[in-house]
Amino acid sequence: MTKLAAVIGVGQTHHRAKRGDVSMAGLLREAIDRAMADAQVTFDDIDAIVIGKAPDLFEGVMMPELYLAEALGAPGKPLLRVHTAGSVGGSTAIVATSLVEAGIHERVLTVAFEKQSESNAMWALSVPVPFIMPVHAGAGGYFAPHVRSYIRRSGAPTHIGAIVAAKDRQNALKNPYAHLQNPDTTVESVLASQMLWDPIRYDETCPSSDGAIALVIASEDAVARSDINNPAWIHGTQMRSEPTTAAERDQVNPQAGRDASAALWKQAGITSPIDEIDCAEIYVPFSWFEPMWLENLGFAEEGDGWKLTEAGETRIEGKIPVNMSGGVLSSNPIGASGMLRFGEAALQVMGEAGEHQVDGARKALGHAYGGGSQFFAMWVVGADKPNH
Amino acid sequence: MSELGTLHAPLNVEFDYTRSLGPTLGGFMTGLKRRQILGGVLSDGTVAVPPPEFDSITYDPITELRPVADVGVVQSWAWVPEPVPGQPLDKPFAFAQIVLDRADKPLLHAVAVDSAADIRTGMRVRAVWADEPAGVITDIRWFEPEGDSPATTPGLEGDAVEGIIAPVNLSYDYAASPEESKFFRGLADGRLIGQRCPVCEKVYVPPRGACPVDGVPTTDEVEVADHGTITTFCIVNVPFAGQQIPIPYVSAYVLLDGADIAFLHLILGIDAADVRMGLRVKAVWKPRDEWGTTIANISHFEPTGEPDADYETYKVHL
Amino acid sequence: MKEFDGSPTCVELLVPIFQELWDQTGWTKADIGFWCSGSSDYLAGRAFSFVSAVDAIGALPPVMESHVEMDAAWALYEAWVKIQTGLVDSALVYGFGKASAGVLRRVMSLQMDPYTVTPLWADAVSVAAIQARSGLEGGTFDEAQMAEVVARSMSDAASNDSAIRKGATTAEDVLAQPMYADPLRRWDCAPVSDGAAAMIITAADAPGFDKLKGAKAWITGFEHRIEPGALNSRDLKVSESTRSAGVAAGVDGVDLAELHAPFSHQELILKDALGLADDVRINPSGGALTANPLFTAGLNRIGEAARQVWAGDSQRALAHATSGPALQQNLVLTMEGRS
Repeated sequence: MTKLAAVIGVGQTHHRAKRGDVSMAGLLREAIDRAMADAQVTFDDIDAIVIGKAPDLFEGVMMPELYLAEALGAPGKPLLRVHTAGSVGGSTAIVATSLVEAGIHERVLTVAFEKQSESNAMWALSVPVPFIMPVHAGAGGYFAPHVRSYIRRSGAPTHIGAIVAAKDRQNALKNPYAHLQNPDTTVESVLASQMLWDPIRYDETCPSSDGAIALVIASEDAVARSDINNPAWIHGTQMRSEPTTAAERDQVNPQAGRDASAALWKQAGITSPIDEIDCAEIYVPFSWFEPMWLENLGFAEEGDGWKLTEAGETRIEGKIPVNMSGGVLSSNPIGASGMLRFGEAALQVMGEAGEHQVDGARKALGHAYGGGSQFFAMWVVGADKPNH
Repeated sequence: MSELGTLHAPLNVEFDYTRSLGPTLGGFMTGLKRRQILGGVLSDGTVAVPPPEFDSITYDPITELRPVADVGVVQSWAWVPEPVPGQPLDKPFAFAQIVLDRADKPLLHAVAVDSAADIRTGMRVRAVWADEPAGVITDIRWFEPEGDSPATTPGLEGDAVEGIIAPVNLSYDYAASPEESKFFRGLADGRLIGQRCPVCEKVYVPPRGACPVDGVPTTDEVEVADHGTITTFCIVNVPFAGQQIPIPYVSAYVLLDGADIAFLHLILGIDAADVRMGLRVKAVWKPRDEWGTTIANISHFEPTGEPDADYETYKVHL
Repeated sequence: MKEFDGSPTCVELLVPIFQELWDQTGWTKADIGFWCSGSSDYLAGRAFSFVSAVDAIGALPPVMESHVEMDAAWALYEAWVKIQTGLVDSALVYGFGKASAGVLRRVMSLQMDPYTVTPLWADAVSVAAIQARSGLEGGTFDEAQMAEVVARSMSDAASNDSAIRKGATTAEDVLAQPMYADPLRRWDCAPVSDGAAAMIITAADAPGFDKLKGAKAWITGFEHRIEPGALNSRDLKVSESTRSAGVAAGVDGVDLAELHAPFSHQELILKDALGLADDVRINPSGGALTANPLFTAGLNRIGEAARQVWAGDSQRALAHATSGPALQQNLVLTMEGRS
């Protein structure tokens, strides 16, 4: 039934506020060329392409993969375009994985990108809808009330968000691809930054980035025939969705995330995530989502996620390192951000994460979410083949 | 569905996109700014205009650009009887694939002729240039039958072009759902009309096309109060394009008494720093003569002065 | 439908369609392992337009769900792949779009190269017309053949409740119509259409399989391919991606084809690319020329072909979907009845 699949190549761009030196196609190709080089393959070896990005309004191109077909090396091959809001990078990698797990293809190239400097995400996300109140203020305005709810529910001290932000910005200094490179960021400097969407401060928000990432996903046979000896084996993938708003929907600790992670751990044969997962790349666009997702993912009991953060357990040397790459807080090409989490998790178990490598990482989580905390996509990758 | 039909309003999606170009397109646009058309040399040795960024056979970057003529031959064409906004001409014209002299693959552009009878495949046409080229494809305003006018001499002026502005403006007719339309029409009468899901019995305000839990239409109408409880909120202190409310302002989820779901609205009449979860608020309606079918009939919510709601009464709504 | 008087989320359209599926199959949403949809933000005019459509599912408890920014025929492909992995064994696929909300042919010019073509607002009808002229003047097909396609489609659609432009029509009637986007007449171009559709697919070993009501159409081949984006790098008179998808899917022995051809000449190109013999029935539903709700029109072709198989009117059917300017991307699915 389900065939084994592994990541054999990871490539990403240098993420920046504006990559004025390249077109959209050039941006994509930077990631693709690096991924294919890493995987020791060429376009001739690729059977299909799966591409993901967030709303077309960000770049003002309807289904840009159509015009990008040549840059993607897609002519003559199957091409799929996934769009599941902010989780899209993760969902896209999962669709690509499915093509291999189904036994349909040997090697699939999957790519996600966003060139946010072409427009303005705040504008694209806040185009006024007739008849309703124009109180929307982009993603920060959407999520800030739910962060407030989390703080109220958990009783977390109000500086927890700043701890996350300072940690991720320091981690980014170890990642040459990361957008933000601010050596001076500390808990104190984050707390001193402007309150944008109270309770979210400026330094607790993600930047707006141009960037892309590509992965090459291969079958067990294709891995065996290659010279790749450190693939990231895919131990499980899950996606779950729920409505944006529903009476009594839990918007702090959404059931879709809980269900997805519970299914993922089961699929990957994991009984105690905090003990068995060596590190995690979690989609944290606003700092407070680190403790929120630690709980949602089952790394901590409900209400206790912030304690791991406060105790330093999410640092690279901690019990459950989170966002070693600097995470979404340091680079946010929206449509690519989810796949960056998936790809960084793969780099860890491949032992290729460079300065932000977690020593001895054998199993890692990649996680993405989107919409109003309603779309979840996640995978577990391991240095060893799954043994179940 | 209401016999009145649904409520409609115009929705405009407009943005001037800033596109960086990279080397191949940058070279092409720089050429245009100098009134020179450059083609790209493909892997099979043929020349394509515009130069593609990547070859369609090898997928390698196209690096060699070569000047071609600004006159050429119509290879195929289509009549445009009803031009849409933004097209090169605002009277009927033709779009054509034009193989320029010294190129092999055609450029898609407009040809200005009076009628479909005035254009044919094989006809020779010449570019009509903008007075002040900026390094965009519309520097070629359109093509016209070649005639006897003198050839254009490329200028050598013009800095390298690294980016273009690409305006996208689309007009839509936005329609509310039938359920929402009832809600908005109720607002025009100063009423807040929700609907109850027949399965889970939750009251949705505004009502929805489907109960998001049960996937069935919400049916029974329920009028709810115009006061309620702030469940949670944020203070918006960030400016952005298209913003309609001056900052800082409080955007809050208000759970109206009688409703099972909170909705977003604006809170005034209290210092932003004093707004809190559980605060009891009431709608402040605009003067009746300003009402329309919109939730903006409620200018904002302000405190009622009642004691705060107990956390237990709204915690399941977070 | 011609103009859907409702929200661009199309939730109101989807709810009764899902109900129809439950009535048809005897299943409930609990029997569905995976959900996948196709739609477009630019058709709706806003970001994340597909998000509200999840309401129509009734997605609490949460569901395993995905979305493609493509025609829902590709959503069906994603669902079919998911079933092949063995991780799920059934799926509900849906597509929707309200093309009438904007000026469709102008909106579609955003599919072109954003640097060198979209700034000219090269609209979808003009691009198709250029393709038609290439074929007409290149000797691939002629005006009479295009008129035959239109006449047959409109006549066949007479009994199709979902069709917009229909009624007994002859090729002479078509040729008597004035030119619109020369060389295309209005009837050569699909009408702007709104609509939604949904479909259930399942593996034979799904737990709920035995309680399924109604006939089945078994998927025997499912392939899709794309061509370059640059129009000038393609021979517009032929459809290489359709040909190769057809070869991979296996078109031998099909007795019926539902082809997604939004322009009459495209049916001729597709028929040629697939090598369909003259005795293969084409588009008995009337096809896209009589109703073309974008982002679900391809899935509709698959549904119409399945109906023919269910009814026993086809033993082996082919369905096709297209996406992108001038037939850039094409999908071929084959199915058969089994007793």
